[in-house]
Parts: sequence; structure tokens; C-alpha cells
Amino acid sequence: MSELRMENLVARYGKVTALDRLNLTIKDGELVTLLGPSGCGKTTTLRSVSGFLKPDEGEIYIGNRNITDIPPEKRGIGLVFQNYALWPHMTVFQNLAFGLELRKVPMEEIKKRVRTVLSVVKLEGYEDRYPRQLSGGQQQRVALARAIILEPDILLLDEPLSNLDALLREQMRFEIAQIHKRLGITTLYVTHDQTEAMVISDRIVIMKDGKVMQDGKPEEIYLRPKNRFVAGFMGTTTFLEGKVQSIQGDTCILQTSEGWELKGIPCGGITPGSKASAAVRPEAVEILYSPVASSKGKGENSFEAEVDSSYFTGEVIDYHFRLGGSFIRVRGDTKRILKPGEKVTVRIDSDRLPIVPAEPL
Amino acid sequence: MKLNYRPILIKTFELVLLVLSFLIIFGPMTSLFLWSVAQKWYWPHPLPQEITFAYWKQALGIEKSLAIGAVSIVPAFLLSVGIAIVTVIISMALAIPAGYALAKYRIPFGTLVMFLFLMPNAFPQQPIFVNVLQMFTRMGLAGTVPGVILVHILLGLVFGVWITSATFRSIPPSMEEAARSVGATAPKAFFRITLPLAAPGLLASSVFVFITSLDEFTGTFFVGLPFVQTLPLTLYSSSGYNMQFASVIALILLVPSILFMFLIQRVLKAEYVGGMG
Repeated sequence: MSELRMENLVARYGKVTALDRLNLTIKDGELVTLLGPSGCGKTTTLRSVSGFLKPDEGEIYIGNRNITDIPPEKRGIGLVFQNYALWPHMTVFQNLAFGLELRKVPMEEIKKRVRTVLSVVKLEGYEDRYPRQLSGGQQQRVALARAIILEPDILLLDEPLSNLDALLREQMRFEIAQIHKRLGITTLYVTHDQTEAMVISDRIVIMKDGKVMQDGKPEEIYLRPKNRFVAGFMGTTTFLEGKVQSIQGDTCILQTSEGWELKGIPCGGITPGSKASAAVRPEAVEILYSPVASSKGKGENSFEAEVDSSYFTGEVIDYHFRLGGSFIRVRGDTKRILKPGEKVTVRIDSDRLPIVPAEPL
Repeated sequence: MKLNYRPILIKTFELVLLVLSFLIIFGPMTSLFLWSVAQKWYWPHPLPQEITFAYWKQALGIEKSLAIGAVSIVPAFLLSVGIAIVTVIISMALAIPAGYALAKYRIPFGTLVMFLFLMPNAFPQQPIFVNVLQMFTRMGLAGTVPGVILVHILLGLVFGVWITSATFRSIPPSMEEAARSVGATAPKAFFRITLPLAAPGLLASSVFVFITSLDEFTGTFFVGLPFVQTLPLTLYSSSGYNMQFASVIALILLVPSILFMFLIQRVLKAEYVGGMG
């Protein structure tokens, strides 16, 4: 059983607490991504699991083995670095064979496994190249191959795609997801790119200041954020503040500071009368390009808005709309470009409007 | 068609600089070489009037001469090289672990430690070595080869430690960590990964220490005389009255330095030296 379990991990750098009683379990075969802003503790977590950082408190288990005090080389963990860390004085073959040689695996077997793993990462025939002769994407694939050739119990990836250009990053995302599906190794992944996280992960753990903010499937994290931080971190979110007027099952009415009524999905345990924020995302906002009439008559969550600015981004037009005293981000079709000052009606889809607790100020 | 003067001017300037640097490097060498084969060379002749290889032969012990200072320099040469080799071995044995520790761990007052290594070279040499001579006399090291070697190590350590620590610092820690993640223990990771990657920088460091020892004068003069006669000391004693002989010795001292400089330049990649200072 290759389940990875972290219990009550605490790590401190002087006065800063990097990990604050972290409890996390990754089930056998799962790919879990740690996602969060810089300094949230995701890299610290990874280094604790890999063994290069000794946590001040807490225990780490792989299956039934307590690995907390075991040195890195004995943990049986594959590691992929952000800067690839391929050994430049060795060929691709030697890079891949190194770990197997240390285990005294016979050369015939080594050659076979190198060939197999190179075909998994789609780099057949590259055995005799040196890292400097490879592109960034190829180097990263060799780094991945080097980690998986040893058939580790756990695979750790530390922002492996951050050094690649946007196009390559997008491609490699899918390849990593496919390789994981094929090999099924329990994986802990660290990134700050949320799209990447959502594409490859079975589960996402959002971290902030060494604590878990939310832990769940990508859809849950995105559509049902439990708190304002997660709601703001995922997607392009702007908030409309207000007070909860009523909750009925899966529906919630929020009265905004302007006196409007917003209908949305209650999240994070909000209660009637409490302060809450509606997380407005561009994809949930529909632009009705008809002349402005009374804002309340067009149906629920319909409001009059004024175009503040517009930006052409190729696929869509990125708008900033003024809604009463607040701004929201909206995306519109490139077929009709609105100009600043124009008035339109917007309708916010209530099924895609999470309402989360407003953070205490 | 209008002629663009700017590139021509720049190219001419570059050419002048190239010629000047050539002259600066090879001018003195040429002068030394001419002196080393001059039998008779009086001003205002631009070249020696009579040429002889007698001085070379005397220096190499092939011929004997009764002229003052015309001794075979072969023993002194061998002594200098021998001292240099021992100095390198001991210095590097100290500098490699020291450089690695300084690069890898946050040693308290690490910068101060590095600075301390610089001290012997930063102060006026004579006062230092007069004191060293007094200390060594009491310890029985004055006028001995081990005493001279100790002085050379002291002076060579600055190059040793500074270059090795810069070299190790230029190797990303992830290289070793990657080795550990595939099962290598810390020592294995050091010897199989870090050391080979550091080799060019460590080689350069060794060469610097070697040259420093080979050319060292002041410390050897105070501590080594009258028994330890290295090549630079022989140069000193013959330079006053036997210009030709002195030129021979000077050339013999100069050639290894220049050869090694070319060697370093070949072997050393910019990344390693870039981390210095």
C-alpha cells in the first residue's frame, strides 16, 4: 500500500511558521496537487516528504512505514525538480542508470528498463545524448524518467513545468496526466498554476500560510469554495459584498451593500444574517446586448452595468464592468466589442455563483 | 556611395588594442629571451651583438663556469617544484572540505572566515615574515623545507578556499539532492556527482596554489635562508650582476605560469569563475 500520510507537521524558519499542524493523506495511486501562493508552505511540505527538511514536529508515513527519521536516500521516493537537475557530465542513459547501478542491478536489466522508461516519456533513442543537447521539455521528460525508473512508492514533483514556456507547459500537462494514469504511482505535485492543477489532479489542496484552506476535487474547489481565499484564488474572481438574507437548501439570497438581491450557492457554512461575499467569475456572467431597461425586470441576478474598459485578448474580450459601486470582470464575444461608457444588462448565472463567508477584516 | 567611417575606426582601435596587449604580454618575454642568449649587448644596439647559449648550458648544469652566480639551477628547480607539489596536496586537502562547507552550510561568520584566509596576502609581507621567522626559529622550523612549505600553504590557502568555495557554490544543491533521491548516500553523492562537476574549478584552484608556491619569494627568503634555496631565491641572488643568468631563471619561472594560464582557460568554464567574490 503506497499511501502517503502526514500527521501534524510543523516547520518553522526562525519566527515564521511555514507548516502549521499540517494533516494530509494521499491515497494509493492518487495525484494530489498542493496549490497556493508563494510562501504558503507547499515546497516546505514537499521537502519534508522527500527528506531534505526535518520538520520540527509531526510524523510522515508511507503505508505503515514511519519515514520521519529516515534519510532521503532510503525513503524510496522519486523526485522531479523544477530545474530538472540532470547531471550534465553524464549521458541520458547514465542519468537514468545511476540509481539502478547503486542497487547493483545487472547491466542487461538496466538497459531494458532504460529503454522502457524512455518510451513512456516518448524519448526513444535518446540514450547517448547529453543534457545540454536536449531542449527544456526533453530535459524535463528525462528528469521524470529518472524518477520513475526506480518504480518508487511515491512520486514528488516540485513545479516541474515552471521553467517551460507557456505552450510547452500546456502540452506537458496532458502528458503528465497520461503518464500518471498509465503508471498509477501515488503522486504529490506542487504548482502555482491553477489550470495545470485542475487538469492533472485527482484532488487539489489549497494552502495558505502553512495551513490547508480546502481539500477536494478540482470541481469542488472551483465551484464550491469553502472560504473567501479559495474563491478568490481560483478563476478570475471579483467579489460583491453583502449580508445573507436567506438560505433555502441549495440556494442563498445575498443582499448586497447597494440593496440588490443576488441568488447563489451557499458555501462554507454561511448562515442567515452573516456577512458574505459573492464570487463573481467572468464565465458565469452573461452580457445582454440589448438597450438598458429597469434592472430588476429581466429575471434573477440581472443588473444594469456600465462598461469601464475593454481589452482584446484574442479568444475573448476582457471587460471591466461597473456594477453600482463595484467592478466585475466579464468576458464577451469578440463579435461585438463594447466601448467604455456603454450601458448593458448583465445576468449572473446563479448556479455558478458561490457565496462564501466574508473574511473578518 | 558614402563611406561609413565608424566601423573602420572601431576596427582600427581594436587592432591597436590587440597589438598593444600582445606587446605587453610578449614584449618582456622577448626581452628576457634576448638577454638570456646575449654574450655582448651594449646600447644602442637593438639586438644583442653576440649570441651564446652558454648561460643556458650553465644554468642547466651542462657546463660549468667560474663566473659569479653561474650555478646549475637544476637542484633549486627540483626543490621548488617539490615544495609546490607538497603545498598543493596539503592545501587542497584543507581547501576542498573548507570550500565545500562554506558553500553548502551557513557557517556563522562565514564571510569573516573567508576574509581570514585572505589576511596573509593582504598585509605587508616583510613584517609578517620577520615575525614568522622568529616563531619558526623557536620551533626549530627556520631554514627547513617543512617551514617553507608551511608558509606556502598559508599563502596558497586564499586561492584554495576562495576558488573551491566559489566552485562548489556554483553547483546547484538539486544535483546532489537528485542523487540522494535515487538512493545515493551523502558521501556517494559527493564523490560521484559533486566532485566531478567541481573538478575543473578544483583543478584551477590547484594550479593557482602551485604557481603561488613556485613563484613565492618573500616568505621563502625570510624563513628558508640560508639552507632552503628555491628558484626565485636563486633568481634574486643572481639578478644583481649577471643579467643573462637572471633572464634564464626568469624565463624558466615564467613559462609554467603562462602554460598553466592557457590550461586553465581551456578547462575552466565561465560559470565556475563567475561565482567568485
